[in-house]
Amino acid sequence: MNEANASPTTTAPGDGNVLVEIQNLKKYFPVKGGKGEGRYVRAVEDVSFQIHEGETLGLVGESGCGKTTLGRTIIRLYDPTEGRIFYRGQDITTAKMLPYRRKMQIIFQDPAASLDPRMTVGEIVGEALDIHGLTDTKQDRKDRIAELLSQVGLNSEQANRYPHEFSGGQQQRIGIARALAVQPEFIVCDEPISALDVSIQSQIVNMLEDMQAELKLTYLFIAHDISVVRHISNRIGVMYLGKLVELTESYELNRNPLHPYTQTLLSAVPIPDPQKSREKHRMILEGDIPSPINPPTGCRFHTRCPYAMERCKTEDPPFLEHAPGHFAACHLL
Amino acid sequence: MSEKNGDLLLQVEDLKVSFFTPAGEVKAVGGISYQLHHGEVMGIVGESGSGKSVEAYSIMGLLQSPGRVVGGSITLSGEDVLAYDKHQMRELRGGKVSMIFQNPMTSLNPVYTVGNQIVEALTTHKKVPREEARRRGLEMLELVGINNPEKRMKQYPHELSGGMRQRIMIALALICEPDLLIADEPTTALDVTIQAQILELMKDIQKKTHMAIIFITHNLGVVADICDRVSVMYAGRIVETGTVDEIFYTPTHPYTLGLLRSMPRVDAESYERLIPIQGTPVDMLNPPEGCPFAPRCEHAMKICLNQYPPATQLGEGHMVNCWLMQKDQVLEKEA
Repeated sequence: MNEANASPTTTAPGDGNVLVEIQNLKKYFPVKGGKGEGRYVRAVEDVSFQIHEGETLGLVGESGCGKTTLGRTIIRLYDPTEGRIFYRGQDITTAKMLPYRRKMQIIFQDPAASLDPRMTVGEIVGEALDIHGLTDTKQDRKDRIAELLSQVGLNSEQANRYPHEFSGGQQQRIGIARALAVQPEFIVCDEPISALDVSIQSQIVNMLEDMQAELKLTYLFIAHDISVVRHISNRIGVMYLGKLVELTESYELNRNPLHPYTQTLLSAVPIPDPQKSREKHRMILEGDIPSPINPPTGCRFHTRCPYAMERCKTEDPPFLEHAPGHFAACHLL
Repeated sequence: MSEKNGDLLLQVEDLKVSFFTPAGEVKAVGGISYQLHHGEVMGIVGESGSGKSVEAYSIMGLLQSPGRVVGGSITLSGEDVLAYDKHQMRELRGGKVSMIFQNPMTSLNPVYTVGNQIVEALTTHKKVPREEARRRGLEMLELVGINNPEKRMKQYPHELSGGMRQRIMIALALICEPDLLIADEPTTALDVTIQAQILELMKDIQKKTHMAIIFITHNLGVVADICDRVSVMYAGRIVETGTVDEIFYTPTHPYTLGLLRSMPRVDAESYERLIPIQGTPVDMLNPPEGCPFAPRCEHAMKICLNQYPPATQLGEGHMVNCWLMQKDQVLEKEA
């Protein structure tokens, strides 16, 4: 963890101020019952990075790599096991979160499950306004709800309807309106489009982009679909088994992926182009992702890495800057 | 099987499937026709509710109440599948036609070992002795890339990873050497590196066995990777069909075009804003009159809202159902 103490910094769009910073963040979950009793799921292992004002930082990785846990820990939906979280330079690792909830919001993957089925859309969006006392009069509140709904492409009459009356894409719009209600600066988008139909996904992606431009938002965009993450993000972090293995500018990640895991991940994505697809040589990874309860020693990727050396089995590679703003953790580099 | 390569295997003619729900009749499949030849891999692309799975389920006789085939025919190797009795249908399933599903955990039996399930498939369909079945099962597990097959045979599905279970499903589906494999979103629940493994495996096995595959998916990347031909479905109809090259390089239906334009691509070299398809998917309980895509179509004309467009042949196998193909005549008439 010593090398990783130097938090990765890069020039990013926006004014470059650091909005969110995490240092050596860890999140372990105790295993209850069964064979694993007394052990821990090491969901996030020693991750450090900074998110700059106005940028979108993408996080990609396969299921179980800890990307969702990391996103939730950053906004303290989980308490970190170790490490520190800063928001505008303030240490919020153990702070009372209510005032920060106005600044930091989240959009969840499953819109149906994240909206209370017994509340109307107006109540769902209005609740956030009430908690933070953001509107003075009833009329004020009603106007603000209408404004929020129109911002996400719904109309004010729909405020009296219940979530089940909407399609998946519209439900996700409601989830976004709720997150925007408190006028946040930072939003964790946790797989916000993966539950939606293909033709609806791009509508939501475009809307998130427009809102970012209009409201000067900063995003942490978490998804398993690397094509979408690359499209929307300025920089991308790649996670494997709880560790950040590579972090760089989006298009640089394609041009010059340094970590073997990033290379295989990129090569595994099928391209919607038959010609390119026929010519493409795929790097196929052997085996499955090991358990985060008992992760491999040394580099966690060594059990599946085509280039693994003796050293990789015992020594955890440091997360170092190999080119300006391009970080990776691999002994080959 | 390879000598049959190119011969007609499956013919679906004006197939109609409806679900009779308390809220009314849902015409999940509204009259589709296609042919599939031995050794061919056909993709069926569409969003949820487009009828792509329902169509495949009706070939296997797996439609569940309140779903029913209400019209058309399905002919497999010259035989009318819809006229099959229960016994014949049992013979067909897992014998001549096999299916793999999206979620391997719910389609494997949790209380039987892997070995048990493979052996059962063989002894049921091929009447081979258990010992022989076990030996062929081991070979098949090896073929689908499972290490240590002896040990896996004794394990239960819950002891295996998602990718491994999907391999077992494939082994089960292939053990009786079917002529046709129906794969319903077989890689959707898998991580992308595991998806790549499974796709390579399926391509590999297809080359060896020359079976025909119907590959149902919403992922255009997967289609480009594995299919020879593609049918694009929207609201229970095939709106465009053609070879992969035709569909990807000369897409004609506004919906096909829309799908291709709205997806971010991993090989994009610079940022380009996505062009989404406007509106929401069709409510199948109250589908619009005429072309179901018309309310979302930027080129919709008057006729599109009233009448379903006929098929237009663009190339040998490239067909599209869209009034824009007859735009001049239509506009003349409307004027």
